[in-house]
Amino acid sequence: MTLEIVGISVLWLFLFGYVIIASVDFGAGFFNAYSAFTNKEHVLTSIIQRYLSPVWEITNVFLVFFFVGIIGFFPKTAFYYGTTLLVPASIAIVLLAVRGSYYAFATYGARISHRGYIYMYGLSGLLIPAAWSTVLTISEGGFIDLVDGAPRLDYWALFLSPLTWSIVVLAIAAVLYISAVFLTWYAWKAGDSQATELLRKYALIWSLPTIVTATGIIVELRVHNEAHFDSLLDLWWMFALSFLLFLGTVLLLWRRKSYGFAFILLVGQFFLAFSAYGVSHYPYLLYPYLTIYDGFTNEAMAISLIIAFLAGFALLLPSLYLVLRLFLFDKDYVQGKSDYHA
Amino acid sequence: MGNEESLFFSRLLTELTLSFHILYATIGVGVPLMIMVAQWVGIRKNDEHYTLLARRWARGFVITVAVGVVTGTAIGLQLSLLWPNFMELAGNAIALPLFMETFAFFFEAIFLGIYLYTWDRFEDQRKHFLLLIPVAVGASLSAVFITMVNAFMNAPGGFELVNGELVDINPILAMFTPAMPTKVAHVVSTAYMTAAFVLASIAALRMLRGSDHIYHKKALFLTMKLGLVFAVATAIIGDFSGKYLAAYQPEKLAAAEWHFETEGNASLVLFGLLDGEEVKYGIEIPYALSILAHGNPSAEVTGLEEFSPDELPPLYIHYLFDLMVTIGMGLTLLSFVYVAAKWRGWKFIESRWFRWLVVLGGPLALLAIEFGWWFTEVGRQPWVLRGIMRTEEAATTSGQVDLMLILFAGLYLVLGIGSAVVLTRMFRRNPVEEELADRAAHKGGGPA
Ligand code: HDD
Ligand code: HEM
Ligand code: HEM
Repeated sequence: MTLEIVGISVLWLFLFGYVIIASVDFGAGFFNAYSAFTNKEHVLTSIIQRYLSPVWEITNVFLVFFFVGIIGFFPKTAFYYGTTLLVPASIAIVLLAVRGSYYAFATYGARISHRGYIYMYGLSGLLIPAAWSTVLTISEGGFIDLVDGAPRLDYWALFLSPLTWSIVVLAIAAVLYISAVFLTWYAWKAGDSQATELLRKYALIWSLPTIVTATGIIVELRVHNEAHFDSLLDLWWMFALSFLLFLGTVLLLWRRKSYGFAFILLVGQFFLAFSAYGVSHYPYLLYPYLTIYDGFTNEAMAISLIIAFLAGFALLLPSLYLVLRLFLFDKDYVQGKSDYHA
Repeated sequence: MGNEESLFFSRLLTELTLSFHILYATIGVGVPLMIMVAQWVGIRKNDEHYTLLARRWARGFVITVAVGVVTGTAIGLQLSLLWPNFMELAGNAIALPLFMETFAFFFEAIFLGIYLYTWDRFEDQRKHFLLLIPVAVGASLSAVFITMVNAFMNAPGGFELVNGELVDINPILAMFTPAMPTKVAHVVSTAYMTAAFVLASIAALRMLRGSDHIYHKKALFLTMKLGLVFAVATAIIGDFSGKYLAAYQPEKLAAAEWHFETEGNASLVLFGLLDGEEVKYGIEIPYALSILAHGNPSAEVTGLEEFSPDELPPLYIHYLFDLMVTIGMGLTLLSFVYVAAKWRGWKFIESRWFRWLVVLGGPLALLAIEFGWWFTEVGRQPWVLRGIMRTEEAATTSGQVDLMLILFAGLYLVLGIGSAVVLTRMFRRNPVEEELADRAAHKGGGPA
């Protein structure tokens, strides 16, 4: 395995981690806003307070890790993506600020429960994945030109491309699906049968759009980027496995069985699809300008980053385990029997 | 929008984000240490007041951390969005501390989450106290790592420059540049000092508002003692920073001191007005500049005449430097007087005017942080990487920077006001006296 591959694999792994845990966070906000909107009692509010408030900062660090890491391993990405992503990334930052401040100001601090704030918080959970997912579209090529040696993003082409919109829809559907499956499990652990039923319903509703748009994108790619499409097809077996896991999750949910296992299957499903997508993208970071080989940092830096990563990861894993044990697997905490917040 | 404008707005946006982030970041670095001290004293003396102090500080801290995280994420992305050419070049040599910083964030975030949600969960208070250590260490390490990056920008090292490309890169040497020791030490000690004065100023304000509970008196005495310790440390390290500048960035020191001609027995001029190369109305301290630069009253200090004019920073940094030093000296004096008076039993420190001075201390310390950063960053101009890359070569060519500037200015306004409102509400709804009474009632019962 070359250093380039080690580097991109580490980053891809953390990006996957971000996608899963951030989806739970984003979706919960949306469902919460939706139940406020329909004047149902706020079944989800307590889950957001019990589980998401203590961990939102950790979620955010996954994102920071990814963008700091990609500049570290592939400094040339700063040149191409840095210049062109100014607008979508800035919008995403502002939306992330809405969420961060919601946890601190509204659920922790002064308990401001202004409706507008709840809606903004909920809506940001859909807009952030939409903003970030445009990066995936851009990476497929065709939207960036070099003008006088400087990269320029063609906003119109991006806006009018069907590929953009199907990736956006997939991102949103997947966020809601991932989140609903996880929260079904969490609500069930908390012994809240009303919330469990509601979330199970959401999970089943959103499973269909997720799988339909995912398939649709593969078809779109055939038109947009044939090279990528061909390498996707070479990996058909990974997608097939992923699909089987998807069926497993839906079946378990349908039969109201083993919600925890259903969530694990879902993680497997997304991991396979995410990996297959990443592998087929290889070696490009940006079609057709930048590959992981010509964008790579020097060897000395690569090796020291990998050593730093291993050392950091060795410390990180036990601490993450501790968090999960306290906030996810601790029965008393999950059921709200113990509240020790400062 | 032309490139000139992109450059101008990129500068403005970077300055805005960093100046806003640094307020919350400084508190984020300093306050965990203060909480640690208070909680430790509470355990040692078995004194509820200190424990509650730690707890209330921790609550407020959540709000400032949130804004610190949000604005930090903004600046982290903006470095690549606004200065892509800089990040591309520098990334090759200085990515390591940036990367390690994310691990520091991880630890801080993880243990902060645990710490906040486990008050009273442990029988043995000391276990809960242990959880705070990674928070404080993580926060301070993130300051150490990011300051290493900044030190590299001031004194790039750890590589060879061949035809505009960095070769023979040694990431470890790039982290340990000559600028690193003084810069890191000064940044960390000023963060502790600022946190102490900010907390002191809150205690003093409560007392001015009529509360004479012993809780506030304990808080004030503790924070003023800590403030004194770190103010003295800051002044000593600041002196070393001056010596670093004289040795490695003489143009920055000369510009800060309006020192035009190279000469010995150089005197230090505070404030004043510049008329050509003549300083008017300044306060002159004989030999002080030679001492600051070289530790010797007769040593020769390099003057501005020795540098080409297009490589000199703007001369207004003189005021920034002077304001920082004045505030530093003032706060040292203030905390010294307070601690001495406590010890000798002098009563004037309980007077209203003295308390108002203490209240001013917090905002002044934060201002000194801003002045210090503007001084060192503007003093590095025209370079973004001193001697290697000019700021104008580093900027983005994107045409939408002006719009983004408006967007972020709005965001920071909302966050700034929001955090202030939430903090005041949080403490007003839940006064100390009430909380102490509650806790007394709960004693022996379940968790409070
Ligand atoms: C509470 C804030 C505060 C206070 C009271 C002081 N400083 Fe400071 N100073 C900073 C906050 C700061 C800072 C914000 O932390 C800076 C900006 C960048 C840096 O490295 O530290 C800084 C930079 C800085 C530099 C420039 C370093 C460089 O560019 O590499 C010098 C020479 C000094 N300081 C010297 C002093 C002296 C002699 C002080 C006398 C008391 C002093 N500072 C008080
Ligand atoms: C957090 C405290 C900081 C503040 C308040 C601050 C402030 C400033 C200011 C005022 C400038 C403008 C100089 C000018 O253009 O005249 C500047 C420049 C710059 N700073 Fe800092 N800085 C801080 C820390 C850092 C750190 C730690 C880094 C690096 C990791 C950094 C990166 C830059 C870059 C890339 C520029 C060049 C762009 C420009 O000139 O505006 N800054 N900073
Ligand atoms: C010397 C000046 C700086 C100090 C002392 C500092 C310190 C901190 C601290 C302590 C935090 C944690 C939040 C908190 O406790 O409030 C934080 C957040 C952050 N800072 Fe800064 N910072 C500085 C400048 C910068 C710069 C120039 C960057 C850009 C590379 C940056 C990037 C970040 C990021 C990305 C976060 C968010 C991390 C998260 O998601 O948890 N900081 N900073």
